[in-house]
Parts: sequence; C-alpha cells; structure tokens
Amino acid sequence: MDAKTQPDRSRDVSQPLDKLGPDETLKANSDYLRGTIKQSLADEITSAVTANDAKLMKFFGIYQQDDRDIRDERRRQKLEAAFSFMARVRLPGGVCSPGQWLKLDELARNYAGDTLRLTTRQTFQFHRVMKHDLRSLIQGLRDVLLDTKAACGDDTRGVMSTVNPDLSKLHAEVYALAKRASDHAVHRTGAYKEIWYGAEREETDGPEEPFYGRTYMPRKFKIGFAIPPSNDIDVYGQDLGFIAIAPRGKLMGFNVAIGGGLGRTDQSPKTYPRLASVIGYIDADKLFPTIDAVMSVQRDYGDRLDRLHARFKYTIDEKGLDWIKGEVERRLGFALKPAEPYTFTSNGDPLGWVKGEDGREHCVLFIQNGRVINTPDHPMMDGLRAIAQVHKGMFRVTPNQNLIIADIEPKDRPEIEALMKEYGLDQFETRSGLRLNSMACVALPTCGLAMAESERYLPDLVTKIEAILNTYGLKDDPITIRMTGCPNGCARPYIAEIGLTGRAPGKYNLYLGGGFHGERLNKMYLENVGEPAILEALDKTLGHYARDRNPGEHFGDFAIRAGYVAEVKEGRFFND
Amino acid sequence: MTKLEFPGSALTTDQWTQVNQLATSLSHEQAIWISGYFAGLSHRARANVASTDVAELPPPSQSGPAAASATRLLTVLFGSETGNSKTLAKALVDNAAAKGIQARLADMADYKTRGLKDEQDLLVITSTHGEGDAPQTAVGFFEFLESRKAPKLPQLRYAVLALGDSTYEKYCEAGKRIDRRLEELGAQRLADRVDCDVDYEDAADAWIADVVANLAPTAQASVSAPATTARSDAPLSTAFDKKHPFQAAVIDNIVLTGRGSTKETRHIELSLADSGLTYQPGDALGVVPRNDPLLVAAMLEKLSLSADTPVTVKQGTISLGEALSGTFEITALTPRFLDHWAEITGSDELQALRAPDQKEPRAAFQHNHHILDVVSRFPAPGIDAAQFVAGLRPLQPRLYSIASSLAAAPDEAHLTVSTVRYTLHDVPRTGVASGYLAARTEADASIPVYIQSNDHFHLPDDDDVPILMIGAGTGVAPYRAFMQEREARGASGRSWLFFGERNFRSDFLYQVEWQDLIKNGVLSRLDLAFSRDAAPKTYVQDRLRRQGRDVYAWLEEGAYLYVCGDSAHMAPDVHAALTDIVAEHGGLDRDEAGAYLSALQRDRRYRLDVY
Repeated sequence: MDAKTQPDRSRDVSQPLDKLGPDETLKANSDYLRGTIKQSLADEITSAVTANDAKLMKFFGIYQQDDRDIRDERRRQKLEAAFSFMARVRLPGGVCSPGQWLKLDELARNYAGDTLRLTTRQTFQFHRVMKHDLRSLIQGLRDVLLDTKAACGDDTRGVMSTVNPDLSKLHAEVYALAKRASDHAVHRTGAYKEIWYGAEREETDGPEEPFYGRTYMPRKFKIGFAIPPSNDIDVYGQDLGFIAIAPRGKLMGFNVAIGGGLGRTDQSPKTYPRLASVIGYIDADKLFPTIDAVMSVQRDYGDRLDRLHARFKYTIDEKGLDWIKGEVERRLGFALKPAEPYTFTSNGDPLGWVKGEDGREHCVLFIQNGRVINTPDHPMMDGLRAIAQVHKGMFRVTPNQNLIIADIEPKDRPEIEALMKEYGLDQFETRSGLRLNSMACVALPTCGLAMAESERYLPDLVTKIEAILNTYGLKDDPITIRMTGCPNGCARPYIAEIGLTGRAPGKYNLYLGGGFHGERLNKMYLENVGEPAILEALDKTLGHYARDRNPGEHFGDFAIRAGYVAEVKEGRFFND
Repeated sequence: MTKLEFPGSALTTDQWTQVNQLATSLSHEQAIWISGYFAGLSHRARANVASTDVAELPPPSQSGPAAASATRLLTVLFGSETGNSKTLAKALVDNAAAKGIQARLADMADYKTRGLKDEQDLLVITSTHGEGDAPQTAVGFFEFLESRKAPKLPQLRYAVLALGDSTYEKYCEAGKRIDRRLEELGAQRLADRVDCDVDYEDAADAWIADVVANLAPTAQASVSAPATTARSDAPLSTAFDKKHPFQAAVIDNIVLTGRGSTKETRHIELSLADSGLTYQPGDALGVVPRNDPLLVAAMLEKLSLSADTPVTVKQGTISLGEALSGTFEITALTPRFLDHWAEITGSDELQALRAPDQKEPRAAFQHNHHILDVVSRFPAPGIDAAQFVAGLRPLQPRLYSIASSLAAAPDEAHLTVSTVRYTLHDVPRTGVASGYLAARTEADASIPVYIQSNDHFHLPDDDDVPILMIGAGTGVAPYRAFMQEREARGASGRSWLFFGERNFRSDFLYQVEWQDLIKNGVLSRLDLAFSRDAAPKTYVQDRLRRQGRDVYAWLEEGAYLYVCGDSAHMAPDVHAALTDIVAEHGGLDRDEAGAYLSALQRDRRYRLDVY
C-alpha cells in the first residue's frame, strides 16, 4: 500500500488505553484475565461476581445470568436477582466421546438443573450453575479432557467443522485440523488453571500471551470449516471461514472467507449482519499461518473504541476488502491463489440414518432447539445416557443443534436402535420440514440480552405454522425458520428463509428471503409485530409460494422473485 | 431573643446580618424549631453528597430551600437502557455549566428517592423499555414515583425529555408517565415534554437548549422557596400510647422471602405522619391486632351465638362480634380458660387436667388445643355471651423491633414480621398479630400502633464505637435501623453483622440493602449462616466461632455487642459461643470468660433483645 492510503489508526490497538473503550483498560489491567475473579468467587454475600469479573469470566466460557422471570419480583423483595452462570464447553467440531457424554450428563444433573443444551456452534452449555459449583463443574470437565476456555470473550470462539457423516475420511481430516486450530488460537493465560483448578501460579518464559498480548482481540472472533456440499456451519457467518477443497474426496486446501458476522444491535443502524467474502485459496499446509495472519490483522486494526463496531466485518468494510486482503498477504509473505470452485446445497442436517463411505452407520437425531432434557413424555436425557453407556463410536453436535450418534458398526446398530425406540428418540420422520429446519436461541429467562421469548415459544409457533403448511400441502418441504430473542442473532436468523428476532414481549421483526443454504441474507418484511400478524403474513406468502413456485424453488428465493422483499446483496445494505 | 456576637469567618457578613435579624425576631419555641431544622438540612445535604457520583455539588448551604442567598438546586435525572439518555443528560449538565448553571447528574438506578422532596429544578431524561415500561435500571424509581410514597412536590419545577421508538404502540410512554405524575404531585412544568424517536439527536438538542434558556434567567436570582411548615405543626410529645394507639396507614406490605422459601417473612412500612410519634433505633412498635374474622365466625358458630349479642366488657356494652374481634384473646388456650370451661361443661376430661399432679398432661393439652378446639370438643349448649367472655383475657398488643430509622425514613416505621402459619387438627392457623399484619394489604389499610421505647437496645451514644450485631431471622430488624441511623449520622464507628437464616437464595432478608451498606462502608463486615443450604447446618454461633479471634479483638477494642432474635435457642447458643471465644482468645477459663461477659452486660456493652 502507498502512503496516501494509510489506514485510519485512531481507534485501534496502536492508541493509548485512555483513547480506547473501557473494556480495553479492563483487559489490559486484568493481569491476563485474572482480575479479582478469585475474590468474587469467595464473596459469600452475593451469588454474583463483580461486573468486571463477569466480563473477564467470559474468556473462560462463563456468562453470569439471572432468572429474568423473577427479576422484578426479587427486586421488590429487596433480594438480589437470582444469579446463576452459563458455562459453555470448548468442543471443536462438536465431537465428543461417550465417556465425555456421560460426564457431561452427570455434571448437568449435579450442577445445572438436569439439562444440557446443544448450541448453534456445536457445543454444550450448562445453565443455572451456582457460583459455588463452578469450580466443581470445570474440574469435572477437566477429568474428561474438556475445558471452557475462550468459549466466550474477545478471543477465538469454539471452532466449527462440518459434520457430514457420509464423508468419513474427509471429515476426520478436516475435524483434526479444526481441533488443532482451536488449540492453536486459544488463549494461553495461566489464570484458567489457577482460578478453576486451584493451581499455583507458574513463571512463564517470555510473554504470557505471545499472540494476543494484554488486550486480546477487539471482539469475539469465529472460525469455521465447511465441507461442501454441506454448509451446515454457515461458513458465511464466520469471521474466518475455510471451505474445504477436496477433489475426489482428497483434501487439497481451503478457500478463505473473511468478515462474516450475523449480529446486529437493536436501534443501531450502523450495525448489520454481513456474509463473509471469499478472498482466495490456500493449500492445506498454509492453514495455520493464514489463521495467524488474518487474526493479527483484526487484532491490530479492529475498532477498540466502540464495541458495537468492533467485529472483523466492520474493519473490512471500513478499510476495504482489497486493503485487508493485501495486508493478510503481506503478513503471509505470499499472495492467495484464486478461489477454487465449490457448491453448497444446504445448511441443514440430513436427519435419520446415514451410511458412511467406510461402511459405518450414523444416526442424526433431531433435538428441538438443542434442548436435552427429560420430560414426562420424552425421557431424552436418560435415553442419550443409556446410548452413551453402550455406544463405541463418537457423538457429534451439529451446527443446527442436532446430535449425531456417529461411527456405529453395522452389528451394533440394532442395540442402538432398540434404545432409541425405548426412549422415544426415533420420531424424526414424523416432523414437518419446517420443524426439522427450525432453530432458536435460549433467550428468556436466562439470557440477559433477550427482549422476547425464543426457545420457549418457537415450538408452539411452528405448530401453528404447520397448520398453514398442511393447508397448502407444504408439510414435507424443507424451509428454514430461525428465531432469536433479540437482534444479536445467536441462532443466525438473518440467513433463514423465515427469520424472527425479538423486539419486546410477544413482538418480533419478521424477515423473509434468506438463502436456503445460507448464501443470502434475508430482509425485514414486518417490523415489531405480534403472532396474528406473523401468521397472517406467512399464510399469504406460503399460500402464494405453494401456487406459483417454480420446480425446486426454495421459499427464500420465491419471496424475492414474488417481490415480497428485495434481495440483500451486501450486509451494508441490510438496513436500507 | 438578644443580639448575638459576630462569630467570625464561619459566616459572611451578609449571612450574619440575616441570621441576626432572624434571631432577634424569633420566639423561644421558634428558635428551637429552626435549630433542629438546620441540623436536619445539614444531615440531608451529607446524605445527598454520599448518594451522587458527581463532585460538582453545590455546598450544603445552597441545597436547602431556606438557605441564605440561595440559587436553585438543579438536578438532571436520567433513566437509561442503552446509554442514550445518560449521554444526553451529561450533555445537558455541560450545556448548563456553560451558562453558569451548576447541575447535579443523577441516575434513576441509584437515586435516593427520599431526596426527591428537596429537589427544586428537576430535568428528567428517560427512555422507554418494551411496551411502555421504564428502563430496567429505573424500575425502582418509577415504582416509588407512582406509588403512594411519593411526596407532594409543590416547590418543584421540572421538564421531561422522553426517548422512544415509534414502532412501539406505547411510544415514549415512560417519559409520559413521569411528566404526568410530576404534574399530579403538584410540580410545575418548566417546558413542555418533548418525545423523541430513534433519531433523537436534533429534537433532544433543541429541548436541551430550550430548558437551559428557561432556567438561565432565574437560576441566579436569589429566590428562596418557602420552607415547608408541616413539621413545625407537629406536637413535640404525642398523645398516642398503648391505650390510645395511632392508626398508622400501611404504606407497603410485601413478602421479603423469595419463592421457594420455607418461610413467609414480611416487610411492612407504616406511616407515622401527623402522629407526633418518634422513636430511636432499637425501639419497638406496639401493634394492637384484631382476631382473624374467620376465627371469630367459627367461634360464634360453635357457641351458637350471634355476633350482635350485646355483651358488657370493661369499656362498656358492645356486640359479642366486636368483643371477640378486638377485645379478647381467643386463640391460645390459657389455664384460666381451661378452668373456666371445665366448670361450665363439667367435663371429666377437663376436670381431670386440673389435678395438681397433672402438670405435664395439662401443658401438653394446652399446647395441642386452641380455645376453638376446646369449644368444639367440649360443647356447652345454651352458654350465654357473658359466660363465655368471662373466661377470656384481654387481647394484648404485640411488640416488634422497628426496622427503620427516622433519619432515613422520616414519619415512617418499618417492621420485619415472620408470618406464623401452621396446621393443627387439620385446620390452618395463623399467629394472632402476624396473621393480622399479613392480611393488611389492601390500599387503605391502617394498623393501630404505639411506640415502646427499648432503652437497653439503643446504639452507643458515641458514633465512633464499634458495634457487633448478631441476629437470626427477623432478629435482623433493629440492625437495619442501626445502619440507617449510622449512615445518616455519618458515624465513623465500624460495624459487623452476623446474620442467620435458612436459605441464601430466598431468606437473605434485605440482601440488597446489606450489600449496598458494605459497598458504602457503612457496614464493615458481614458474616452469613444459612442452615439449610449445606450439611452440616451452619448457624450464627458457628460463624462467630470461626471469626473468634477478630470477635474477641473487637470486644477488646470496646465494641458493643447486640444479640436479637430467638430466646430459646439462638441467644443461649450465641452466649455459649461467645464464652468459648473469650476463653480461647483471652486465655481465660470458662468461669473467667463468663465473668468477662457478665461485666460486659453490666457495662451495658452486651445487649439483648430476644423473644
């Protein structure tokens, strides 16, 4: 780059702390994330931790939350909010062994209200963990070689990887790289061992965080690996996405996609979802230098003054995609090759039984909204525990919050099937195409950001929409519907064919026109409306779709062709 | 009054001239009232300083309405969800400062609502949350303002800027609510409310410029609002006492214990306004209860008597219904009633219990039977009203430690009451007074009360003396009063509370207040014992033992020791623990340790309020 195009550096890490946002000072002065977390954990007069420690604990995968259903009631009672903690496991690629499953199950029963949640980033969350149980929980995870490092916070979040079970060999190869990428990019601070395992502080040779430094990343940074034709991980939603290029099933390298991010902030038009841009191709052996180069560009140039504007997508749109690509190449020391061709066909999961190329079998179980729990009718948690006790393969959490019982020898299938039948886990065939492609975030009552219900409401709403689908004969057509309790978009609603984001209790924005396999953002169709208006709008558009669709045309594509919404070509124009 | 000597640099010459003019015109009583009034002002000013995060507070002499050469006090109060209101509020303060008007910036989240009545000019900026709700951090402020607790504000001038989002049905509703309510409370609008949509900047800037311009001409004028005179009308001593209780309006009556609790402990706020009643922290409130109407009805039915039946009691002739409701105790079975009923019914079983060797069976029988149970099991057909009431004793008032300080809650008394509820012979029962209090939740409820002073449980006169407070359950009530008082006085002495209950999550009475007191340094230490959270059960005496070394050090440094709560178990257990602590850390044997504690009691440094 020449001198005339020197980028604006007034908001990045080159500035003194007092010119940056308060979180930068907090991180810098935290002694590599130690803060006063130990004191906060020991403070017996509150079930919370201090606000600063709560922020630092996110780097350890732990969110402080409170039961919002009773927040007001308790305030009137002069009681603090009913605080508890969400702990998110670091589980690259969503792969976990039966032994690990049994431990997760046990920890959930002991400390987390008898429920586990599968997330949209292929991992597990424990909810409603009390402060004084956090150490026991995390030490329990350590016993099965799991941790909660960096599952939240300004660092690399859990690294995702396509689960497509029929491509066993390629999956194994890419998964291994995803796991290494997670270990490569995770923070190094000794604070984790000291706080959660009670270890003594060790002297380090050299800096404690060689890559991150004292202020870590400006904001979260998400990495994912997709294996076409499946885009189950929604690669265009990642800050840094790798699309496997594997001619004839042999991994050659990756197309590199940068700057995806599906969050936005309510009433803040400067924020918008953005799909990642594919900037070129690298051979597989250049993977780790590429991760370092891309992350370091964001580390050095990302906005550290305004957290709403700190994700990599904004850095890219501010500095220009070409400039960013040039800077990445400068740091790599070579130019990226032109992107290789690839094709995605879906971002959903193939539910039910699948036979892999190596002859082993896999069963993809539908887990509504990722919630693993026993109910009187469906003892799902008990059923999965029973399966884990006999299963010899692995489990995989999918990015659609479903669960794969993977790598089953054909001779073991009858036993697994019998357990599935016994515990009612075999009902995926009877559900509508809409329900099978539905996704919701946790929202109320535990998420502090939620403005409306999501997980507790979407199943009921889908039931009502199913009545419409039945009228028009669309029950078996796959249509993606995603709901979040706020505009931040944890369940990636802005790339769903039907997207709903909460605005107030019972009120949602309705988005239409997203790409079926995650290739296009949707567009707001109705703002801040309740259920009757949502159902009326869907009745109209779905009825029209059933009558006038072209062969093979998806609902999202139809909504644009029929003129219900305009096509969103770039995230910057999402709010137009 | 006579002329006074000029005291030098404490006042300006102008101020002195005014004081002197005033002094010579006052009667003796007026002078006493004024001296108290100014002392109160100074207290309040200190409380205000403690409650704000802005340093640019006018000096105390300017904060009271009657201060000499007063400029008007300006407060910019914001309620913010995303920070927009806060940003605008700061801009407003800066803008005012540029015009030479000093303003205090305050957040509804931690605004001390008792200061509201002292505000003079109030500019409010608030956003709206969801469907017309207050910003989450401001919910408490809204509740106060829209409740019966909100004071009349005739001296207040105000203006409101409302932020909102016009896609919501109840657009800018939170701002509208404040605007409406301040008007209802008698305040005068400085400028019309402005409602701003998501693109609020221009409209907000215009409003800011407008209100600042409105304030500018008058802010510097030495207008002093008339002092409120209500307080001076109150008689110095009160005519209300046990025999003539004051009907105190119930301001608030809430359950403190959270859901899932094994208890129902209530916080009840009573108004003493216009009663002239005053009290010290540590004093008790006498409550004159009435019996449960359901119990009265059941009794009348069992007796086959009508509520209208006249009956003569000490006070004259009244209806039997009234006598059973408000004159006599009709719950607990007394020996007198047992004798009385044995005579009337001639029942062998009851007669047998009267024998001198039947002490224990008799006690057990009393424990297991209320009057109603006896009347049911041993009917006395044809009994008349006079016969029945002759066996009853007068309904007694109940005393509750007051949980508030007049310094923090003027004209109020707060109670912490555990509602007694249990089942006997398959019939649900409630405690006479606690059940009566629990039922007084209707909007216009009032309760007959009087003050019972409790001299032996007052704070040390010396604010520097450290205090150790030990209480379980509702025994924590007087310590809330102590802390409110010490906070208001700005007392420097350290304080340490040991509190015990069953479960942390549901039973940590006044949790948020203790947390704030610790944060503000008013309470120095807080140790908690929740007996049902983990095995083995932990009680306050266990926590005392664990902190034995420091407890002993505090005693050696002259700390006063307070114990409040259950007399049957807690107080003796705490005493035993203290004995052990003194023995261990004072190097004494148990007798000597006992003597050490006796000496503390003699010196009135070890004070008990147990029941």
